[in-house]
Amino acid sequence: MSPVRSNPERLSVLDRPNSYIGKTVPRPNLDRLLQGRGSYVSDMELPRMAHVVFLRSPYAHAEIVSIDAAAARRMPGVVAVVTGKELADVITPWIGVLSHLKGLKSAPQSAIAVDRVCWQGEAVAAIVATSRVAAEDAAEHVAVEYRELEAVTDMRTALDPATPVIHASLGDNLAFERVLDAGAVDQAFAGSDVVVEAEFIFGRHTGVTLEPRSVVADWDAAEARLTIYQGTQAPHMVQNIAALHLGLRESQVRVVCKDVGGSFGIKVHIYADEMATYALAKLLRRPIKFVADRVESFNTDIHARDHRCRGKIGVRRDGAITAFEIDDLTGIGPYSMYPRTSAIEANQVVNLVGGAYTTENYRARARVVFQNKNVMCQYRAVGHPIACSVTEGLVDLAAMKIGMDPVEIRRRNLIADDAYPCASPSGLRFEQLSHHASLAKIVEMMNYEALRAEQVALRKQGIHRGIGIASFIEVTNPSAAFYGVGGAKISSQDGVAVRLDAQGSVICQTSITEQGQGSQSLTAQIVGSVLGVSMDRVRVILGDTDMTPYGGGTWASRGAGIGGEAALQATKILRKNILDVAAVILQSTPAELDIIDNAVVNIGDGAPRIELDELARIVYFRPDTLPPGIQPELMATRHYVPREYPFAFTNGVQAAWVEVDTDTGFVKLLKHWVVEDCGTIINPQLVDEQIRGGVVQGLGAALFEKCAYDDRGQLTNANMADYLVPMSGEMPDIDVGHVVSPTRESELGAKGAGEAGTAGAAAAVANAVNDALQPFGTTITEIPLTPQVILTALGRI
Amino acid sequence: MKAAAFAYARATSVANALELLAVHGEKARVLSGGQSLIPAMNLRLVAPDVIVDIGELAELRGIAVKGETLVIGALTRHADLLKSSDIVKCAPLLGAAAAHVAHPAIRNRGTIGGSLAQADPASELPACMLALGASIVVHGPGGERRIAAEDFFTGIYETQLAPQDLLVAIELPVARTGSAHFFQEFARRHGDYAIVGLAAQAVLQGDRFADLRLGYFAVGDKPVLAKAAGKLAGVAITPALLAEASDALSHELDPHEDQQATPAMRRHLARVLLARCVASLLNRPDLNIGGRA
Repeated sequence: MSPVRSNPERLSVLDRPNSYIGKTVPRPNLDRLLQGRGSYVSDMELPRMAHVVFLRSPYAHAEIVSIDAAAARRMPGVVAVVTGKELADVITPWIGVLSHLKGLKSAPQSAIAVDRVCWQGEAVAAIVATSRVAAEDAAEHVAVEYRELEAVTDMRTALDPATPVIHASLGDNLAFERVLDAGAVDQAFAGSDVVVEAEFIFGRHTGVTLEPRSVVADWDAAEARLTIYQGTQAPHMVQNIAALHLGLRESQVRVVCKDVGGSFGIKVHIYADEMATYALAKLLRRPIKFVADRVESFNTDIHARDHRCRGKIGVRRDGAITAFEIDDLTGIGPYSMYPRTSAIEANQVVNLVGGAYTTENYRARARVVFQNKNVMCQYRAVGHPIACSVTEGLVDLAAMKIGMDPVEIRRRNLIADDAYPCASPSGLRFEQLSHHASLAKIVEMMNYEALRAEQVALRKQGIHRGIGIASFIEVTNPSAAFYGVGGAKISSQDGVAVRLDAQGSVICQTSITEQGQGSQSLTAQIVGSVLGVSMDRVRVILGDTDMTPYGGGTWASRGAGIGGEAALQATKILRKNILDVAAVILQSTPAELDIIDNAVVNIGDGAPRIELDELARIVYFRPDTLPPGIQPELMATRHYVPREYPFAFTNGVQAAWVEVDTDTGFVKLLKHWVVEDCGTIINPQLVDEQIRGGVVQGLGAALFEKCAYDDRGQLTNANMADYLVPMSGEMPDIDVGHVVSPTRESELGAKGAGEAGTAGAAAAVANAVNDALQPFGTTITEIPLTPQVILTALGRI
Repeated sequence: MKAAAFAYARATSVANALELLAVHGEKARVLSGGQSLIPAMNLRLVAPDVIVDIGELAELRGIAVKGETLVIGALTRHADLLKSSDIVKCAPLLGAAAAHVAHPAIRNRGTIGGSLAQADPASELPACMLALGASIVVHGPGGERRIAAEDFFTGIYETQLAPQDLLVAIELPVARTGSAHFFQEFARRHGDYAIVGLAAQAVLQGDRFADLRLGYFAVGDKPVLAKAAGKLAGVAITPALLAEASDALSHELDPHEDQQATPAMRRHLARVLLARCVASLLNRPDLNIGGRA
């Protein structure tokens, strides 16, 4: 192949010959994982390692009267039993607030409860033993006397004067409140032909990672250094927090993150039991391992989405939406989570409602209250599923009231594709979205008109199918506006270092992390493409604070857009440096040379001039043959953070085709479609599978998942039999299409894709179910849409 | 989630298993396929001192037709029920039900004897035993005895089995000419325990039921052989008669409440199943009148 280009200036680094960008290439780590050679923290064994099991409160709210561990300490294999008071000498408490979330308050939280437990599952003692089973045996012999206190469980009454205040020092149970009033909402409602109101109810659910949260903490007393092996999305954040609360400098803490068995936002936080594990390693001067079991995962992994949101929409007969108004209430457990806080979700709901539509009239209130349940925090698509379900549910209700087709009302109200840049009533700035192109594409993909005809025909046979549409916007590539401005030491920039090794291969160290998304693959694809080397020559190193540049990690759909751009920029420098040296060796000029297929070639005729391994040999072993004054730099580092836009918004639309058995209340998911716009697509298969995985989690919310608490604050379904995760048997085929509007803020042009699927799936299904139920004159605005909920709405029971 | 320490004994014969159970009594638990016992032990919901593993007792495994009786060894796995041509011929209801027992991995290990001894009221096979008129063959300190399925199940996870007993086999009458069956359950996901399920066995005579046995499960603390079936046997069935039987069924059932369903919902779904069952067995779509039946 001789790539001859007539106008090379017009080709970006991504369009180079043999580019991997936009191609489905296998992930470099696949063989390792498929051959069972993955390296998970759960599998780790270190010399002298002990295991910690946490004794957890059976009460949602109780005073700890006494703890008697004498019998447990005598049990075989027990190394130590440590209470919250004892551990407080090693690690300081924390408060999960951020300054940009004005008014957000929370109480100090300890690694292990001291004096009082505030949710069922909060740790009251750590039992450390030579094996997990020995620790579990001993845990049964720790006698804790509790005095049960009244538990605050219902978010609707959490602010009532008669309800106990969980943290007296805070004065009330209100953690955070935000109000927004944009445009002229009252006037807009007054000028509407129809105003529709509804209350939307969302089931509290959780992420259920295949591998539970796992930590091995190893304190080296000689070096005064703590090494934390942890399945985390944000190693540098863990380093910062661990150092801060253990009284260490960050340089004394190394965080290593190898393979991670699923994260979904669950592993982007710092949990009390993880903090306790770090502290125990320091206290006991030996490696300590904590692996959450499934029951404690349900009781302590963050929950999310427990919202009740009243929504109101105004519409004119011609379909023009005049205003949105919402009043959102959410209960977050007894503490705001650390360090990202538990106010972000509600804040996002306020930000996002109505964001795809042109109306400028929008009023919102969100209140975040404390309760004696497990903590809530950010889980995949933070706030988006709530905002999308409320917005799209209201839009469909309005369409139904004025007798307009759901696609048509969206056509008339979505922001025009040529109206960008623009901003939402809540102040979100959009660079370039493609709502109309996306809607047009999905209508074509699903053959909307034919589906409507099929629906009508089947209704005559008593078969009730429905179509649901949900447009959405999604926050990706967050800048410092997300956390940094609020005082959290969570990096919004990422760094990549690339170097040519002595045989012409590339070592690439990146600060983004891999939890299965394909971070390694997309990095290797970018580096290989920009440099001109084959992917098998690119080795990507990530997940180690000693070894990689400083950065945020992988969360909030930021890995590809931010880490990918850093990789691109670093590789451009390396490429330039290589061509500079090559020009010297070849007595040519850099402008006349290119790197293609692992060799330096003539840019004009593609003729090979020098292999990269030969160039590296000369640079590393025979620099004496280079002219004086030439010092090649075959390593380059670049960092990147978006500066112009606080977030790179993406958009898309989802559609669901469902069948409701009106005798039984069961919903069958027949088909699901997604069109989304994440800008430049680096690896189509990885993007599509991210979308599909996200959709499945959204479908779980729509039909299955709910943490069922009783009125004493007991989680009653903390197991895989009773907490229903979505499984393949119930999942529909999911067709994914794309519209591509690259962000101009980066050369790569990539926006995030990791959460789009979750953002709109439940809204599409809920709208489809309501569409199916139209002949019955009932609408349901509650998820999960269980048979019980549907039969009740139909008046069957 | 690690089991508490326990002693382990692998029984070498039925007699040996009975000896072990006689010695350890209530402190022992029989390990068959382990699909219920082992998770319960890992969750420390149960902590037996001794596990008596009967997994090697080949004489308890297998399916045989003896005259008019189908004999299924207690260790016969769910997967074997699905593959057996004898089951297809003599008790096809069991094959239909076994397909709904959890997932392939569990069906490959779980056994029919284990399922019956566990007596989970939401599981499929106990209800099949009622519908099929099975006898449960038990060996105990007093020798061998047969317990009618209708008497065997006494409550949630409770049966007529004493701690020293071993369930060794199930005996079923071979399906008669004109036999038909119906199996359906409502579960949130494939493989989940049913919210309500029905295992029905009928003998058809022309356009009527000569016999109809309705084994409901997940409608209370044990499987229920619905007496309402009596209203539908030997008569021409009209929607009105079906509705009458359905009302009788509602009265007869005393379903429990759990996270999946209220008692009212269970009654409703039981009625839906009755209508579907009768409509399907008689090939009368006009009788499929949903919960209104």
